[in-house]
Amino acid sequence: MTSRRLGIDRSPGYGVDRDAEHSFTLDGEAHTGLSGDTVASAMVAAGELPCGPSLYLGRARGIMGAGVEEPNALLHVEPRSPGHAAESMLPATTVELVDGLRASWLQGLGRLDETPDGALYDHTRVHTDVLVVGAGPAGIAAASQAAASGARTMLLDEQPAPGGSLLSSRGERIESTDAVAWARRTVDDARTAAEFTYLPRTTAVGSYDANYVVAVENRTDHLPASERPGVSRQRVWHIRAAEVILAAGAHERPLMFADDDRPGIMLAEAVRTYLNRYAALAGEQIVVATTNDSVYSLLEDLAEAGAPPVAVVDSRPEATPRAAAVLEATGVRGIFDAVVTGSDGDGDAGRLTAVTVHRLDRDDVPVGSVETLSADLLAVSGGHSPVVHLHSQRQGGIAWDDVLAAFVPSAPVARQQTVGAMAGTWSLSRALRTGAEAGRRAAEACGFRAEGADSPSDSPQTRDPLADGPRADLDYGPVRALWLIGAPDAQDPAEWSTHFVDMQRDQTVADALRAVGAGMRSVEHVKRYTSISTANDQGRTSAVNTVGLLATVLGAGHPGQVGTTTYRAPYTPVPFAALAGRRRGELFEPARITNIHSWHADHGAVFEDVGQWKRPRYYPRTGEDMETAVLRECAAARGSVGFQDVSTLGKIEIRGTDTGRLLDRIYTGVFSKLRVGRGRYGLMCTPDGMIFDDGVTLRIADDRYLMTTTTGGAATVLDWLEEWHQTEWPELDVAFTSVTEQWSTVAVVGPKSREVISRIAPELDVSNEAFGFMAFRETTLRNGVPARICRVSFSGELAFEVNVANFCGLATWELIAEAGAPFDITPYGTEAMHVLRAEKGLIIVGQDTDGTVTPQDAGMGWAVSTTEDFIGRRSHSRPDTARQDRKHLVGVLPADGRTLLPEGAQLVGAQTPITPEEGPVPMLGHVTSSYRSAALGRPFGLAMVWDGRNRIGEVVRSPVDGRLVDVELTSPVHFDPEGTRRDG
Amino acid sequence: MTADQTTADQASAPPADLRRSPAAHLTEQMRAGDVDGPRGVRLREIPFAVQLGIRAEPGAPSGRAAAEAWGVGLPAGPRAGETVTGDPEGRHVIWISPDEFLAVEPSGLAGLIDVRGIEGALDGMPGQIVDLSGNRTILELTGPSARSVLEKGCHVDLHPRAFPAGAAASTLLGPVQAIVHRTREDVFRILPRASFADYTVRWLLDGMAEFAGEELIR
Repeated sequence: MTSRRLGIDRSPGYGVDRDAEHSFTLDGEAHTGLSGDTVASAMVAAGELPCGPSLYLGRARGIMGAGVEEPNALLHVEPRSPGHAAESMLPATTVELVDGLRASWLQGLGRLDETPDGALYDHTRVHTDVLVVGAGPAGIAAASQAAASGARTMLLDEQPAPGGSLLSSRGERIESTDAVAWARRTVDDARTAAEFTYLPRTTAVGSYDANYVVAVENRTDHLPASERPGVSRQRVWHIRAAEVILAAGAHERPLMFADDDRPGIMLAEAVRTYLNRYAALAGEQIVVATTNDSVYSLLEDLAEAGAPPVAVVDSRPEATPRAAAVLEATGVRGIFDAVVTGSDGDGDAGRLTAVTVHRLDRDDVPVGSVETLSADLLAVSGGHSPVVHLHSQRQGGIAWDDVLAAFVPSAPVARQQTVGAMAGTWSLSRALRTGAEAGRRAAEACGFRAEGADSPSDSPQTRDPLADGPRADLDYGPVRALWLIGAPDAQDPAEWSTHFVDMQRDQTVADALRAVGAGMRSVEHVKRYTSISTANDQGRTSAVNTVGLLATVLGAGHPGQVGTTTYRAPYTPVPFAALAGRRRGELFEPARITNIHSWHADHGAVFEDVGQWKRPRYYPRTGEDMETAVLRECAAARGSVGFQDVSTLGKIEIRGTDTGRLLDRIYTGVFSKLRVGRGRYGLMCTPDGMIFDDGVTLRIADDRYLMTTTTGGAATVLDWLEEWHQTEWPELDVAFTSVTEQWSTVAVVGPKSREVISRIAPELDVSNEAFGFMAFRETTLRNGVPARICRVSFSGELAFEVNVANFCGLATWELIAEAGAPFDITPYGTEAMHVLRAEKGLIIVGQDTDGTVTPQDAGMGWAVSTTEDFIGRRSHSRPDTARQDRKHLVGVLPADGRTLLPEGAQLVGAQTPITPEEGPVPMLGHVTSSYRSAALGRPFGLAMVWDGRNRIGEVVRSPVDGRLVDVELTSPVHFDPEGTRRDG
Repeated sequence: MTADQTTADQASAPPADLRRSPAAHLTEQMRAGDVDGPRGVRLREIPFAVQLGIRAEPGAPSGRAAAEAWGVGLPAGPRAGETVTGDPEGRHVIWISPDEFLAVEPSGLAGLIDVRGIEGALDGMPGQIVDLSGNRTILELTGPSARSVLEKGCHVDLHPRAFPAGAAASTLLGPVQAIVHRTREDVFRILPRASFADYTVRWLLDGMAEFAGEELIR
């Protein structure tokens, strides 16, 4: 292995610490690199450019870029700490080297680690006045100005150190100092301001309405593995900024020619980055191919490092002044009006050995004799593409600039600015000046003003930031873009099957032409037909090249007439684990618990999720399954006494002189005539006449009612009340407050419930005469807790509900348990509650109804007023809702007395064949509730059946486990139809 | 307060030892999660505060009557830069919406406040005053890192310029609706509904954990 690491005499090595060596393994082989290296730069320094082969064609590939643009060099990285997950598809150019890192090359395809990722990820939400994305020269200048003004300023950058393109340069000077040192110092100075935040290793991945920017910070991967309790590996930043400055830089485009994908063909800017930032020389026999002036800085740097290139192949007809000056100074041969048309490689590894060069005619066609140049490295520059992603995600306009040969931002986004290379400003001094101006403008827009409002460009001592620099203020000169570089042996681009456009997708010019041949004209269609730019590099090196070649093939005047594909978030891949953040395990979703929860848990309750609530479903005793436990709980409630925590029911207190009037309109029944001290069951309908919610509402005073709702409907019903009051009936004197959580509520149910209540509420006369059904009383319990006790029943049994202040729930529950002990009082859960109510034919909104059921359908016409107007009433007289043969709620009894029908089971006529040949099978309806009943001694259910009330007594059939079961249609009230048990 | 009222209040107040606050079962975890020092942050529950929900328009007779009964004026609202009035350690009022307020007295004097009497202050007037003492609990997050912990889940701008001491807002903390009330520069009160207190405490303790270790240097 040849070391291509250069000493300090040959390279500044801005990004590496030559004294800190790290060991790592790649494909099982031991390697070393320096602190600050990426895996890619360490391999470049080791003289090893090849990475994994290409995805579909298996062609040898090598490291091509030096950052997120990399399409080839993809890594699988083993877990960095015990319990962490392996990661795939990470560009080696972005993986910072740490000691002990283990990785392997991928062939364009990752594998998901199926072990759970035990690393920690979190989110944070911050607001700022000014957000600057990108810590290159323009971004630093902007952030420094904004921070100096006192405005809250954030500077995000994907790299570990500030400087951006400066890190890839050498000899650059700003304000009389080394440019990289200037970057560091300027950021450090800004950090002394209280309101400045610099986030390195942080990529802004998405930009959304109202300057909401999402960024992902890598926090610990670059550190030695260590236990860091509570410290996240990655953090997702949700940033809301008054002003945004985008200084995201630009990516270089490769050139598309025959066999343009060999290891050893690398973006010129990447070669320069490896040279100056990582002190790694990517090749020794170097040819440079370009369409613009940017590569001449590389030429100077290579010459200074003692590795001048063999030649520069420049597409432009003649040397620009900049090119001429550099060629003269370095003695490098310049070949103008010329192009690299092909490459040769060596064996399986395919490392570049030579390139072929042709002259170009006026139509960009290679002509004349071929010249072959030996080379182990070809540095290419096909032009530069501003990183317009975040700008474009906000629908900011972009347009083709023919001079720059680039898509640049053309129409601004409100309260956003673009500066630096991202705005097509290649020159350093202009980037500094426009950056500083943008920073000042942004701060001023937030009401801040920098003291003296100085900037690198107009303060006396730094009037010309590059005054003492060794270089002219460089631009990239005129560009002769080349989108279709002829093949020496094929005239027809449709045959150019080794001109790779998208390396990661293995798509070539021939593939793009095939899409055009198939009739595709839009770049969006070509993208999807070929898959170009759909890989995880998102086409950073291929998208604009595709547009360029389409423009040429389609005869469009310039690429702007073809347009670009849509830029979408995320800019770089984001792990799902990072998006999930802390919302995993016990923090996944809030579990709402009642004051009595601990008792349920201590007594072995199996919980059910009802909305976000944890409700006991049943309380199995040792050896009991759910069925046995529920039968026992039901038997207790019907035979003696049971109790249930019903604190989760929604409760809304309503006050005002018009409350009764409002409730008459909201409910289908009449509540204005309800007496104080009494309650009534009510149904709510939506305007289409369908059941929407139900519950019992108490009248506490003339102008005060307490409404209860279903557990899941509490918030919706409160919104419903507010909506009708605020939008339709603002004249009504009513006010609402949710009191769901003000109360803990315990239902005490069964023939012995009266005795239990009399024991806990000694001051209360609980006789049926003194305390009738649907009445309620205020009292003080034996333990001194004030309570409101209601006689309501959801089971047909004598029953009470005891309401106490929330925090007295547990004490009250325990009081009831103690008072009920002589009667073997039994806690029961939601499952037994469901059985008990279904035996009485009482519906659960959302289970037996589904938004298509009217009160009449449910057999609850008794709850519908014939005199008052209410929401949904008019719909009840629509022909379809008024017809008598709609689906009705009925009871179902499996004829064999044994089969438990599945909920959702379909019902068909007794004589209806159900073979596929006879299909489609006409359905009569379906089972909505089905349980085993202790009281009935058999399974039973409720169903919605067409014309069901007129079919009662009929036997229909239901398919269960592959056989047909006879089912009798009955009244929905299976138990105690006379209601003899309600009063005890 | 008259003697009669005191008797009536004591009758309506539950015996203290029968009460269980929504975060009581997490007292030990909260103590264990405390972090001292320059990056310190502490979490505790202030249980059993008296809380009254007020629905009334501030300028209207109901608003004036409610303010008089509670002894603290109703805040003018965020547009006027006033979201809390009164003494955060004693009686105060938090703005919820233009006609919705939460009156709070956190000092544990539940038995001495005539809740029923105040509820009746709007007799003959529109609006509503409802006892909500059990509806929410108060969690207090204190210390130099308190804001950073809250920022892990809170959408509101908590910078002192935007949310100074004495400000309050109804917002989300992670997935939980809560009222956040900054009583001092580094003291935040968080008022989740009682059923969410368990989750909210776990969420906050989780966010506090990193501050016990060394700060990551960027």
